[in-house]
Amino acid sequence: MSDPAGESDAAARARRGRNIAIALGLVAFVILIFIVTIVRLGGHVVERPF
Amino acid sequence: MAMSPAVTSAAPARWQDFVLLLKPRVMSLVVFTALTGLVCAGQPVDPVLGAVAVLCIAVGAGASGALNMWYDADIDAKMRRTRGRPVPAGRVQGADALALGVVLSLFSVMLMGMALNWLAAGLLAFTILFYAVVYTMWLKRSTAQNIVIGGLAGALPPVIGWAAAAGATPLNAWLLCAIIFMWTPPHFWALSLYTSDDYAKAGVPMMPLVAGAKSTRRQILVYSLLLAPVCIAPAFTGLGGVAYLTVSALGAAVFLLLAWRVFRSRAGDAPGDRGDGLYDVKVAAAAARNLFAFSILYLTLLFATLLVEHLAGWPALSLLG
Repeated sequence: MSDPAGESDAAARARRGRNIAIALGLVAFVILIFIVTIVRLGGHVVERPF
Repeated sequence: MAMSPAVTSAAPARWQDFVLLLKPRVMSLVVFTALTGLVCAGQPVDPVLGAVAVLCIAVGAGASGALNMWYDADIDAKMRRTRGRPVPAGRVQGADALALGVVLSLFSVMLMGMALNWLAAGLLAFTILFYAVVYTMWLKRSTAQNIVIGGLAGALPPVIGWAAAAGATPLNAWLLCAIIFMWTPPHFWALSLYTSDDYAKAGVPMMPLVAGAKSTRRQILVYSLLLAPVCIAPAFTGLGGVAYLTVSALGAAVFLLLAWRVFRSRAGDAPGDRGDGLYDVKVAAAAARNLFAFSILYLTLLFATLLVEHLAGWPALSLLG
Protein backbone atom coordinates (compact mmCIF):
# COMPACT_ATOMS: atom_id res chain seq x y z
CA MET A 1 0.00 0.00 0.00
CA SER A 2 1.32 3.47 -0.85
CA ASP A 3 1.10 6.39 1.56
CA PRO A 4 -0.56 9.73 0.72
CA ALA A 5 2.81 11.34 -0.03
CA GLY A 6 3.21 8.94 -2.93
CA GLU A 7 5.95 6.83 -1.34
CA SER A 8 6.07 3.35 -2.81
CA ASP A 9 6.01 0.23 -0.66
CA ALA A 10 9.65 -0.46 -1.48
CA ALA A 11 10.68 3.06 -0.45
CA ALA A 12 8.67 2.80 2.77
CA ARG A 13 10.28 -0.55 3.61
CA ALA A 14 13.74 0.85 2.90
CA ARG A 15 13.05 3.93 5.07
CA ARG A 16 11.80 1.73 7.91
CA GLY A 17 14.96 -0.40 7.64
CA ARG A 18 17.16 2.71 7.75
CA ASN A 19 15.30 4.07 10.78
CA ILE A 20 15.66 0.78 12.66
CA ALA A 21 19.38 0.68 11.80
CA ILE A 22 19.87 4.24 13.14
CA ALA A 23 17.93 3.39 16.30
CA LEU A 24 20.00 0.25 16.92
CA GLY A 25 23.19 2.22 16.23
CA LEU A 26 22.26 4.88 18.77
CA VAL A 27 21.29 2.32 21.42
CA ALA A 28 24.57 0.48 20.84
CA PHE A 29 26.48 3.76 21.18
CA VAL A 30 24.76 4.61 24.47
CA ILE A 31 25.51 1.13 25.86
CA LEU A 32 29.11 1.45 24.68
CA ILE A 33 29.56 4.79 26.45
CA PHE A 34 28.04 3.33 29.61
CA ILE A 35 30.39 0.33 29.57
CA VAL A 36 33.44 2.50 28.82
CA THR A 37 32.51 4.78 31.71
CA ILE A 38 32.23 1.85 34.12
CA VAL A 39 35.52 0.36 32.93
CA ARG A 40 37.39 3.66 33.07
CA LEU A 41 36.09 4.72 36.46
CA GLY A 42 35.81 1.27 38.01
CA GLY A 43 34.63 1.38 41.62
CA HIS A 44 34.99 5.17 41.70
CA VAL A 45 31.86 5.48 39.56
CA VAL A 46 29.70 5.48 42.71
CA GLU A 47 31.78 8.07 44.57
CA ARG A 48 30.19 11.49 44.91
CA PRO A 49 31.94 14.75 45.89
CA PHE A 50 28.99 15.63 48.17
CA MET B 1 35.60 19.76 -6.58
CA ALA B 2 33.97 16.56 -7.67
CA MET B 3 30.22 16.65 -7.62
CA SER B 4 28.05 13.63 -7.18
CA PRO B 5 26.05 12.79 -10.27
CA ALA B 6 22.37 13.60 -10.26
CA VAL B 7 20.61 10.87 -8.38
CA THR B 8 17.62 9.33 -10.04
CA SER B 9 16.95 6.90 -7.18
CA ALA B 10 16.17 3.84 -9.24
CA ALA B 11 16.07 1.95 -5.94
CA PRO B 12 15.59 3.43 -2.47
CA ALA B 13 18.62 3.41 -0.16
CA ARG B 14 18.67 0.42 2.15
CA TRP B 15 20.68 0.38 5.35
CA GLN B 16 23.03 -2.09 3.69
CA ASP B 17 23.99 0.63 1.19
CA PHE B 18 25.26 2.78 4.06
CA VAL B 19 27.31 -0.17 5.30
CA LEU B 20 28.85 -0.44 1.82
CA LEU B 21 29.88 3.22 2.05
CA LEU B 22 32.22 2.18 4.88
CA LYS B 23 34.19 -0.19 2.58
CA PRO B 24 33.86 -3.26 4.83
CA ARG B 25 36.69 -5.17 3.11
CA VAL B 26 39.15 -2.32 3.71
CA MET B 27 37.86 -2.08 7.28
CA SER B 28 38.65 -5.73 7.89
CA LEU B 29 42.30 -5.22 6.87
CA VAL B 30 42.50 -2.09 9.04
CA VAL B 31 41.06 -3.96 12.02
CA PHE B 32 43.61 -6.73 11.55
CA THR B 33 46.65 -4.43 11.35
CA ALA B 34 45.41 -2.18 14.16
CA LEU B 35 44.84 -5.19 16.40
CA THR B 36 48.37 -6.37 15.65
CA GLY B 37 49.76 -2.98 16.67
CA LEU B 38 47.69 -3.00 19.83
CA VAL B 39 48.86 -6.49 20.84
CA CYS B 40 52.51 -5.91 19.86
CA ALA B 41 52.63 -2.86 22.15
CA GLY B 42 52.93 -5.37 24.98
CA GLN B 43 51.04 -3.20 27.46
CA PRO B 44 48.21 -4.61 29.55
CA VAL B 45 45.00 -3.15 28.15
CA ASP B 46 41.52 -3.81 29.48
CA PRO B 47 39.89 -6.12 26.88
CA VAL B 48 36.85 -3.84 26.66
CA LEU B 49 38.98 -0.75 26.05
CA GLY B 50 41.11 -2.69 23.55
CA ALA B 51 37.97 -3.65 21.66
CA VAL B 52 36.77 -0.04 21.78
CA ALA B 53 40.12 1.12 20.34
CA VAL B 54 39.86 -1.33 17.44
CA LEU B 55 36.22 -0.34 16.92
CA CYS B 56 37.17 3.36 16.79
CA ILE B 57 39.90 2.67 14.24
CA ALA B 58 37.50 0.55 12.16
CA VAL B 59 34.78 3.21 12.26
CA GLY B 60 37.33 5.92 11.46
CA ALA B 61 38.47 3.90 8.45
CA GLY B 62 34.83 3.46 7.43
CA ALA B 63 34.27 7.20 7.75
CA SER B 64 37.24 7.79 5.44
CA GLY B 65 35.66 5.37 2.97
CA ALA B 66 32.34 7.24 3.05
CA LEU B 67 34.09 10.60 2.51
CA ASN B 68 36.06 9.04 -0.36
CA MET B 69 32.88 7.70 -1.98
CA TRP B 70 31.18 11.08 -1.62
CA TYR B 71 34.04 12.97 -3.27
CA ASP B 72 34.94 10.38 -5.91
CA ALA B 73 31.40 9.60 -7.11
CA ASP B 74 32.15 11.14 -10.51
CA ILE B 75 35.19 8.97 -11.22
CA ASP B 76 33.71 5.91 -9.52
CA ALA B 77 30.86 6.09 -12.04
CA LYS B 78 33.35 5.70 -14.90
CA MET B 79 35.23 2.67 -13.59
CA ARG B 80 33.96 -0.88 -13.93
CA ARG B 81 35.24 -1.87 -10.47
CA THR B 82 33.47 1.00 -8.69
CA ARG B 83 30.43 2.02 -10.71
CA GLY B 84 28.12 -0.21 -8.64
CA ARG B 85 28.96 1.70 -5.43
CA PRO B 86 25.93 3.23 -3.70
CA VAL B 87 26.55 6.88 -4.69
CA PRO B 88 27.39 6.49 -8.41
CA ALA B 89 24.65 3.85 -8.71
CA GLY B 90 22.17 6.46 -7.44
CA ARG B 91 21.03 4.55 -4.36
CA VAL B 92 22.55 7.01 -1.86
CA GLN B 93 22.73 10.79 -2.15
CA GLY B 94 26.25 12.24 -2.11
CA ALA B 95 25.28 14.57 0.75
CA ASP B 96 24.18 11.58 2.83
CA ALA B 97 27.54 9.87 2.28
CA LEU B 98 29.29 13.10 3.32
CA ALA B 99 27.15 13.40 6.45
CA LEU B 100 27.80 9.79 7.41
CA GLY B 101 31.54 10.26 6.94
CA VAL B 102 31.71 13.45 9.01
CA VAL B 103 29.55 12.11 11.85
CA LEU B 104 31.43 8.81 12.12
CA SER B 105 34.78 10.64 11.99
CA LEU B 106 33.81 12.86 14.91
CA PHE B 107 32.35 10.01 16.96
CA SER B 108 35.32 7.68 16.42
CA VAL B 109 37.95 10.32 17.25
CA MET B 110 36.13 11.62 20.32
CA LEU B 111 35.44 8.14 21.68
CA MET B 112 39.08 7.12 21.12
CA GLY B 113 40.23 10.21 23.01
CA MET B 114 37.88 9.72 25.94
CA ALA B 115 38.18 5.93 26.22
CA LEU B 116 41.88 5.44 25.43
CA ASN B 117 44.13 8.46 24.99
CA TRP B 118 44.42 11.61 22.91
CA LEU B 119 47.61 10.55 21.14
CA ALA B 120 45.71 7.68 19.53
CA ALA B 121 42.75 10.00 18.86
CA GLY B 122 45.02 12.58 17.23
CA LEU B 123 46.65 9.94 15.04
CA LEU B 124 43.21 8.64 14.06
CA ALA B 125 42.03 12.15 13.15
CA PHE B 126 45.21 12.71 11.13
CA THR B 127 44.70 9.42 9.28
CA ILE B 128 41.09 10.24 8.37
CA LEU B 129 42.04 13.75 7.20
CA PHE B 130 45.05 12.47 5.30
CA TYR B 131 42.99 9.88 3.42
CA ALA B 132 39.98 12.11 2.76
CA VAL B 133 41.72 15.40 2.01
CA VAL B 134 45.35 14.77 1.04
CA TYR B 135 44.82 11.51 -0.87
CA THR B 136 41.24 11.66 -2.15
CA MET B 137 40.85 15.37 -2.86
CA TRP B 138 44.39 16.20 -3.87
CA LEU B 139 46.88 13.45 -4.73
CA LYS B 140 44.60 10.93 -6.42
CA ARG B 141 43.70 13.21 -9.32
CA SER B 142 46.94 15.15 -9.61
CA THR B 143 50.00 12.89 -9.43
CA ALA B 144 51.19 9.41 -10.30
CA GLN B 145 52.70 9.30 -6.80
CA ASN B 146 49.13 9.28 -5.40
CA ILE B 147 49.21 5.81 -3.90
CA VAL B 148 52.83 6.14 -2.74
CA ILE B 149 52.16 9.16 -0.51
CA GLY B 150 48.51 8.31 0.11
CA GLY B 151 49.60 4.87 1.29
CA LEU B 152 50.51 6.49 4.60
CA ALA B 153 46.81 6.55 5.53
CA GLY B 154 46.57 2.79 5.11
CA ALA B 155 49.86 2.28 6.96
CA LEU B 156 48.97 4.16 10.14
CA PRO B 157 46.36 1.86 11.80
CA PRO B 158 48.98 -0.34 13.57
CA VAL B 159 50.59 2.84 14.94
CA ILE B 160 47.19 4.00 16.20
CA GLY B 161 46.59 0.61 17.80
CA TRP B 162 50.02 0.74 19.44
CA ALA B 163 49.39 4.29 20.69
CA ALA B 164 45.99 3.26 22.06
CA ALA B 165 47.61 0.52 24.15
CA ALA B 166 50.84 2.17 25.19
CA GLY B 167 50.20 5.91 24.91
CA ALA B 168 53.39 6.15 22.87
CA THR B 169 54.68 5.26 19.41
CA PRO B 170 58.16 3.73 19.62
CA LEU B 171 60.30 2.78 16.64
CA ASN B 172 58.78 -0.70 16.34
CA ALA B 173 55.31 0.83 15.87
CA TRP B 174 56.63 2.89 12.97
CA LEU B 175 58.32 -0.21 11.58
CA LEU B 176 54.87 -1.80 11.19
CA CYS B 177 53.77 1.41 9.47
CA ALA B 178 56.82 1.26 7.17
CA ILE B 179 56.00 -2.31 6.13
CA ILE B 180 52.52 -1.34 4.88
CA PHE B 181 53.82 1.93 3.41
CA MET B 182 56.49 0.18 1.33
CA TRP B 183 54.13 -2.67 0.43
CA THR B 184 51.48 -0.36 -1.03
CA PRO B 185 53.21 0.75 -4.29
CA PRO B 186 54.07 -2.72 -5.65
CA HIS B 187 50.65 -3.98 -4.53
CA PHE B 188 48.63 -1.25 -6.25
CA TRP B 189 50.85 -0.88 -9.30
CA ALA B 190 50.62 -4.62 -9.96
CA LEU B 191 46.83 -4.19 -9.97
CA SER B 192 46.92 -1.02 -12.05
CA LEU B 193 49.05 -2.72 -14.74
CA TYR B 194 45.99 -4.68 -15.80
CA THR B 195 43.27 -2.19 -14.83
CA SER B 196 44.82 0.94 -16.30
CA ASP B 197 42.13 1.22 -18.98
CA ASP B 198 39.62 1.72 -16.16
CA TYR B 199 41.76 4.46 -14.60
CA ALA B 200 42.27 6.06 -18.03
CA LYS B 201 38.50 6.34 -18.50
CA ALA B 202 38.24 8.06 -15.13
CA GLY B 203 41.24 10.33 -15.74
CA VAL B 204 43.11 9.07 -12.67
CA PRO B 205 46.88 9.44 -13.27
CA MET B 206 47.99 5.98 -12.18
CA MET B 207 51.65 5.16 -12.80
CA PRO B 208 51.17 2.97 -15.93
CA LEU B 209 49.25 5.80 -17.62
CA VAL B 210 51.75 8.52 -16.74
CA ALA B 211 55.13 6.75 -16.88
CA GLY B 212 54.16 3.75 -19.00
CA ALA B 213 53.93 0.05 -18.24
CA LYS B 214 57.68 -0.58 -18.61
CA SER B 215 58.61 2.10 -16.07
CA THR B 216 55.90 0.82 -13.71
CA ARG B 217 57.26 -2.73 -13.90
CA ARG B 218 60.75 -1.40 -13.09
CA GLN B 219 59.44 0.65 -10.16
CA ILE B 220 57.56 -2.38 -8.82
CA LEU B 221 60.87 -4.27 -8.75
CA VAL B 222 62.69 -1.38 -7.05
CA TYR B 223 60.01 -1.01 -4.37
CA SER B 224 59.98 -4.78 -3.85
CA LEU B 225 63.75 -4.73 -3.27
CA LEU B 226 63.25 -1.97 -0.69
CA LEU B 227 60.27 -3.76 0.87
CA ALA B 228 62.10 -7.03 1.59
CA PRO B 229 64.55 -5.72 4.25
CA VAL B 230 61.82 -3.60 5.86
CA CYS B 231 59.63 -6.70 6.26
CA ILE B 232 62.47 -8.73 7.77
CA ALA B 233 63.64 -5.90 10.04
CA PRO B 234 61.24 -6.65 12.97
CA ALA B 235 63.23 -9.84 13.60
CA PHE B 236 66.22 -7.61 14.35
CA THR B 237 64.50 -5.06 16.56
CA GLY B 238 62.95 -7.24 19.24
CA LEU B 239 59.51 -7.28 17.64
CA GLY B 240 59.43 -10.60 15.75
CA GLY B 241 60.63 -14.08 16.67
CA VAL B 242 61.89 -17.14 14.82
CA ALA B 243 58.53 -17.76 13.15
CA TYR B 244 58.39 -14.17 11.96
CA LEU B 245 61.94 -14.29 10.61
CA THR B 246 61.10 -17.48 8.69
CA VAL B 247 57.81 -16.21 7.26
CA SER B 248 59.13 -12.76 6.37
CA ALA B 249 62.31 -14.07 4.71
CA LEU B 250 60.63 -16.83 2.71
CA GLY B 251 57.77 -14.51 1.75
CA ALA B 252 60.20 -11.80 0.69
CA ALA B 253 61.96 -14.31 -1.56
CA VAL B 254 58.68 -15.26 -3.24
CA PHE B 255 57.66 -11.59 -3.47
CA LEU B 256 60.95 -10.72 -5.17
CA LEU B 257 60.63 -13.65 -7.56
CA LEU B 258 57.12 -12.55 -8.57
CA ALA B 259 58.26 -8.92 -8.90
CA TRP B 260 61.11 -10.08 -11.13
CA ARG B 261 58.62 -11.98 -13.29
CA VAL B 262 56.50 -8.83 -13.58
CA PHE B 263 59.63 -6.89 -14.56
CA ARG B 264 60.38 -9.41 -17.30
CA SER B 265 56.77 -9.65 -18.47
CA ARG B 266 54.76 -7.53 -20.91
CA ALA B 267 52.06 -6.80 -18.34
CA GLY B 268 50.33 -3.53 -19.06
CA ASP B 269 51.75 -3.17 -22.59
CA ALA B 270 48.42 -3.95 -24.25
CA PRO B 271 45.19 -2.33 -23.10
CA GLY B 272 42.36 -4.59 -22.04
CA ASP B 273 44.49 -7.15 -20.19
CA ARG B 274 41.69 -7.70 -17.74
CA GLY B 275 38.70 -10.01 -17.93
CA ASP B 276 35.47 -9.69 -16.00
CA GLY B 277 36.79 -10.45 -12.52
CA LEU B 278 39.52 -8.76 -10.48
CA TYR B 279 41.80 -11.79 -10.85
CA ASP B 280 40.66 -12.68 -14.37
CA VAL B 281 43.42 -11.50 -16.70
CA LYS B 282 44.94 -12.40 -20.04
CA VAL B 283 48.21 -14.32 -20.18
CA ALA B 284 50.39 -11.21 -20.60
CA ALA B 285 49.16 -9.78 -17.31
CA ALA B 286 49.25 -13.03 -15.34
CA ALA B 287 52.55 -12.08 -13.68
CA ALA B 288 51.05 -8.81 -12.41
CA ARG B 289 47.93 -10.61 -11.21
CA ASN B 290 50.07 -13.17 -9.35
CA LEU B 291 52.10 -10.48 -7.59
CA PHE B 292 48.91 -8.59 -6.65
CA ALA B 293 47.37 -11.72 -5.15
CA PHE B 294 50.54 -12.77 -3.33
CA SER B 295 51.09 -9.28 -1.94
CA ILE B 296 47.81 -9.56 -0.02
CA LEU B 297 48.75 -12.99 1.30
CA TYR B 298 52.24 -11.81 2.29
CA LEU B 299 51.02 -8.80 4.29
CA THR B 300 48.39 -10.95 5.98
CA LEU B 301 50.97 -13.59 6.91
CA LEU B 302 53.42 -11.02 8.30
CA PHE B 303 50.88 -9.45 10.63
CA ALA B 304 49.25 -12.77 11.53
CA THR B 305 52.64 -14.19 12.53
CA LEU B 306 53.40 -11.19 14.73
CA LEU B 307 49.95 -11.42 16.27
CA VAL B 308 50.31 -15.14 17.06
CA GLU B 309 53.84 -14.72 18.42
CA HIS B 310 52.78 -11.97 20.82
CA LEU B 311 49.51 -13.62 21.88
CA ALA B 312 51.28 -16.92 22.49
CA GLY B 313 54.14 -15.20 24.30
CA TRP B 314 56.81 -16.63 22.02
CA PRO B 315 60.17 -14.94 22.56
CA ALA B 316 61.21 -12.24 20.13
CA LEU B 317 64.60 -12.26 18.51
CA SER B 318 66.83 -9.28 19.02
CA LEU B 319 69.61 -9.94 16.59
CA LEU B 320 70.95 -6.42 16.95
CA GLY B 321 71.23 -6.90 20.69
